Amino acid sequence: MSNEIQLKTTINGIEYDLTVPARLLASDFLRDHLNLTGTHVGCEHGICGSCTIKIDGLTARSCLKFAVQLDGKKVETVESFKEKPETRNILEKFKANHSLQCGFCTPGFLMIIDELLKSKIKFSENEIREALSGNLCRCTGYENIVKAANEILTHKKIK
Amino acid sequence: MNKSKTKYVGKNVLRFEDERLLNGNGQYTADINFPGMYHVAFLRSEISHGEIISIDLEEAKKLENVYDIFLYDDLKHISPIISKSNMKKYLPTKQHILCKKRIRYLGEPIAAVVAKNRYIAEDAISLINIELKELEPIIDTINASNETKNFVHPSLKTNVILERTFSQGDIKDVNQNELISIKKIFKMGRKTPLSMEPRSYVCDINKRTNELTLYSSTQVPGIIKDAIMTYLGINGNQITVIAPDVGGGFGGKASLYMEELIVVAIANKLQTPIKWVSDRYEDLLTTSQGFEEIIEAELLLDEKGNFISLNSNVYGDIGAYSIYPWTAALEPMQVAGFLQGPYKIKNFYSNVKCITSNKPPTGPYRGVGRPAAVFVIESLVDMAARKINMNPSQLRLNNIIRKNEQPYKIGSGIVWDKVGFEECLRKALSLIDYDKIKTTKKWEGVGIATYGELTGIGSKISVAPGMPLNTGSETSRLEIDSTGSISATFGIASHGQGLETTLSQVVGDHLGVTPNSIKIKQGNTSLITHGTGTYASRSAALAGGAAIKVSKKARNHILNVASFILNVPKTEIDIEDNLITQKNSNQKLSFPELSRIVYSDMQTLPIKLRKPLIFIESYDPIFGASTTATHIATVKINPETFKIKIKNYVVAEDCGKVINPMIVDGQVQGGVAQGIGAALFEEMKYNENGQLETATLADYLIPNSLDVPEISISHLEDFLPNNIGKFKGMGEGGTIGATGAIANAVSDALKHLNIEITELPITPNKLYTLIKNKEKK
Ligand code: FES
Ligand code: FES
Repeated sequence: MSNEIQLKTTINGIEYDLTVPARLLASDFLRDHLNLTGTHVGCEHGICGSCTIKIDGLTARSCLKFAVQLDGKKVETVESFKEKPETRNILEKFKANHSLQCGFCTPGFLMIIDELLKSKIKFSENEIREALSGNLCRCTGYENIVKAANEILTHKKIK
Repeated sequence: MNKSKTKYVGKNVLRFEDERLLNGNGQYTADINFPGMYHVAFLRSEISHGEIISIDLEEAKKLENVYDIFLYDDLKHISPIISKSNMKKYLPTKQHILCKKRIRYLGEPIAAVVAKNRYIAEDAISLINIELKELEPIIDTINASNETKNFVHPSLKTNVILERTFSQGDIKDVNQNELISIKKIFKMGRKTPLSMEPRSYVCDINKRTNELTLYSSTQVPGIIKDAIMTYLGINGNQITVIAPDVGGGFGGKASLYMEELIVVAIANKLQTPIKWVSDRYEDLLTTSQGFEEIIEAELLLDEKGNFISLNSNVYGDIGAYSIYPWTAALEPMQVAGFLQGPYKIKNFYSNVKCITSNKPPTGPYRGVGRPAAVFVIESLVDMAARKINMNPSQLRLNNIIRKNEQPYKIGSGIVWDKVGFEECLRKALSLIDYDKIKTTKKWEGVGIATYGELTGIGSKISVAPGMPLNTGSETSRLEIDSTGSISATFGIASHGQGLETTLSQVVGDHLGVTPNSIKIKQGNTSLITHGTGTYASRSAALAGGAAIKVSKKARNHILNVASFILNVPKTEIDIEDNLITQKNSNQKLSFPELSRIVYSDMQTLPIKLRKPLIFIESYDPIFGASTTATHIATVKINPETFKIKIKNYVVAEDCGKVINPMIVDGQVQGGVAQGIGAALFEEMKYNENGQLETATLADYLIPNSLDVPEISISHLEDFLPNNIGKFKGMGEGGTIGATGAIANAVSDALKHLNIEITELPITPNKLYTLIKNKEKK
């Protein structure tokens, strides 16, 4: 049960080389082992999206992965968002549009919007709503999250 | 005082909470860890009704890194939780901290396993051998109320633990032959509040001072602290309850939980920090649930469309225990209390029964009672309109209580005063262009709901009738320290409402300083002598009122001090933008300068002006602030899939003075989303075996971003209440109005089939059954 496995991974630009229990969830690894508590756990069964992180640039639910599945990957969590101008802008748009109340679901939405921003596609409002529909928020009624996403994504430049 | 001038109240001040919550520095209870901390997991009942025959812990205890396992016997010094009420005909229930013998609901905690981490604690749980005897589960509400043998609490010899009748006028005096009767049985399904953050508790212990600190995802730290004193015998000065960042509550975190007491009791016993974080499954099973009523109701009206009487029987399923501290009265009594809505109806009768069942206790859930009440009365009004062939908006206008008829006491005893029922209704009708949007098309419909609500209630009105708890006042302490920094402390506990921002706007205006220079402290029982928390749409009105009083007091004192320092009369001095200035001159004092003179300079001021800059005020509005809104929804039903799509949604609401429009709109949007959930998706379904069919988020559906439309909102600020800040509560209204508006819109969309919705949620499955049954006839 306490099988330990070697794990080499890069998280928010920092390289880690450690051993972790084989059965440790990626979400628990980030939160309890690295103290990156910005990633939240709302259901642990893949529905709510609060635990969403980026693995090699693509969003994934950290509650559905084992820590060892992060081996050899580049992981980004919400803690990295304040540093870079592009992601900082997402945070500012969330403030300006009152897109969060309790903030528990927020990291998941930030991740999804960042992924949309970095894709090479333009989105209509309906497509944005569709893209966000896999994440649950119980406080906001989504309208202000959609507004922020619209502002962020309609100004994006398609390279 | 800045007279009527407000610089910050009424403005979209961006929230101070947001930066930390966005950049990952928010701190929710589950994020908190201490060195040497142990983790707890619970063995929970897998049946709804039964008895424990035996428990064998041997294997579990042998597991490495399992430190202890607690059963009822190990904690039996904790007396059973009893929620008191002085209502007549109330039979309190006794809830043991862990199941003693009897199991009364699915998920009830039986054993607490303490281990190195959660993984190991759960391993240990799987090694516990437990033998249970199953009893026939009491699930159906009406059957439970008629039961003569099978009781949730056998010693009470009934499942009806509270009954009350409201009546006004006498229906016998009414000649019923000439009246039109609309009589239906309505059903509101059981909900779960489902905040995205599951409940969690961490208890830290300071061995040097022998003090305990409970970090709790609670809305009511003050109530929890008092309960810890009552049930664990820990002195108030040895326990602090802190609600750090809390990930939503909606009522689900407004009651006392057994896990909360157990975590503290175990930390105290083992003298080590203890953590419990609920997983979603546990949260769905055990967080207090909401609503669940069957309501038989009859509206009598004359053919001109004047309402004559409203009679009803309310059967409220309150689950296994009368919840602490709100009691079983909370939800079902509110249904009857608000059933009459904003209408003139001379004759009113309602019998309410609060019925125990083998389901988790119900507690407060956003709207409390009123989402069901509004669904019933607003549906009856639309049914009546169809019957007498009158425009539903006209029928409402005929019966609505007008401005000049207030104060108006409705049949349940509630007094409506200073509330714009008619004005909100008219506003909503014009916002959506009602007469144009009304349609004869099949599968498309429009629905109105208008309601009355009491918010920000003071000490003369109980949150739940008969409850011996003062929820009617709030205290604030404002301090200016030796560096000139300002902080204001409150007993409320924000969990998404942005109270750190809105209260600083209020203090800012009344003290003459910028909101961002004020530190608002809240959610911590050691900072304030008394305070209950944030629930029942009270914090803006009550804490906002205390903020105004304390700021005025502080301002007045500062003016006295400054008058002495500047050697000019008080009236010549103003405080604005953190500067104390002599009008028409250059003389100025900053707060740091003022503080230095008060605290450190022993010469300038006489002794009586050198007292510390600490000010305390309490505020009790005595009564409540009546408020209202009208919601109008349009829906379109897909005739193949029966999916109901909400197309347009408008809300016109009367919320008194708006502190922060952006935050108020956010509360309305979020509230409506929950109302949409209540109307279309959400139901905790217990089958006849007492098993829960909706124990994951894939089964218990809440609205997502495709289900909630953009909501257009209009605020009426013309009806100001009698409280000091002129604030009305608006945290729950969104949910209250949505059930009725959507039910009516769906019924309207089914007019070609003559189907009227009497049960919520109305899911595609239920719609399919309704339509098939109709076709068979
Ligand atoms: S916690 Fe991972 S999806 Fe909910
Ligand atoms: S902001 Fe609270 S769940 Fe989304």
